[in-house]
Amino acid sequence: MSKAAERLSSKLKKAFSKEIGSPETFRGEVTLPLLDSTRITEICAHAKHELGYDYLVDISSVDHYGEDPRFEVVYELYGYEHLCYLRLATRIAEADAEVPTVTSVWKTADWHEREIYDMMGIRFTGHPDLRRILMWEGYPYYPLRKDFPLAGKATELPEVAFSKEAPLEGGPFVTTPGSGSRQHGEPRSKSVSS
Amino acid sequence: MSGQPKEIGYNTKVEGDVIVTRADAVLNWFRKNSLWPMPMGLACCAIELMAAGSSRFDISRFGSEVMRFSPRQSDLMIVAGTVTYKMGLAVKRIYDQMAEPKWVIAMGACASTGGMYRSYAVMQGVDNILPVDVYVAGCPPRPEALLDALMKLQRKVATEPLIRTQKATPAHS
Repeated sequence: MSKAAERLSSKLKKAFSKEIGSPETFRGEVTLPLLDSTRITEICAHAKHELGYDYLVDISSVDHYGEDPRFEVVYELYGYEHLCYLRLATRIAEADAEVPTVTSVWKTADWHEREIYDMMGIRFTGHPDLRRILMWEGYPYYPLRKDFPLAGKATELPEVAFSKEAPLEGGPFVTTPGSGSRQHGEPRSKSVSS
Repeated sequence: MSGQPKEIGYNTKVEGDVIVTRADAVLNWFRKNSLWPMPMGLACCAIELMAAGSSRFDISRFGSEVMRFSPRQSDLMIVAGTVTYKMGLAVKRIYDQMAEPKWVIAMGACASTGGMYRSYAVMQGVDNILPVDVYVAGCPPRPEALLDALMKLQRKVATEPLIRTQKATPAHS
């Protein structure tokens, strides 16, 4: 992590000492965990206007299936003045999967948030146009959640759209994580049930 | 006589002016040699479709060079590429706007069966929503394969009875 990025992240932590936990550094990149996801707009506005993080690179979401809180929303920030990255991560529970929008800070957040809503089912309160962006309106599932099968689920919306389960003969061809041999981990035909 | 323009074109004295044929045969002959395609280019197969239309492969040898981007003016929908369920809505809608008679070529593995996309988002073959006449294998098929499919379709068109019953669209379930 460069000195400048370190200085900026500690500045942000000082300004919001109650909301931001201890920074985690991994391979030279710093992640600030936000303990209170409801203050995200405020913190992002501060990062943009006071610290020069004028570019929102991406917003992503992570499904920590089986843990509580289940979801995590990650904001990747960049500043063209100082050329430093900053990552903000906040955990939210499944029961109340809502985060305030940051479209008022960066306009580009609009489609990022729509995609997360579409794929993961996290709602962004205050978003100007929170519709699905990849699947059609009325599709009942959130396909990137861990408990959604790769083959999909059958749906029916009369006169609008339908979807069926995809046949996965001998599949899915996915890598097996873990510390086993490389041969074991390769993407191979594995039974769907296992 | 010198100075007089020569008679050109169809000479009834030489050729005769009567051709005996069946209405079915002659009308199908008209149809099969001017299949105007609706290019439904959805993925990389569309690049091969464009190549088929270019001078090297020259789809105009088969009377199909008039790619119509209006469904009202086209006879043949070439579904070239991956049909997602969301795009399926648009594909079906455009097919419904085409005037009868109309035919469908499913070009490539994705349009035929979903191809390598065994996924929640991809329709497993466009025949889930459209009545497909010819399937073309390949990922993507070469332009020659598409031209072969076009010739197969022309043979099919030539043998169809003139007053066709409207094709039934398979109801999806």
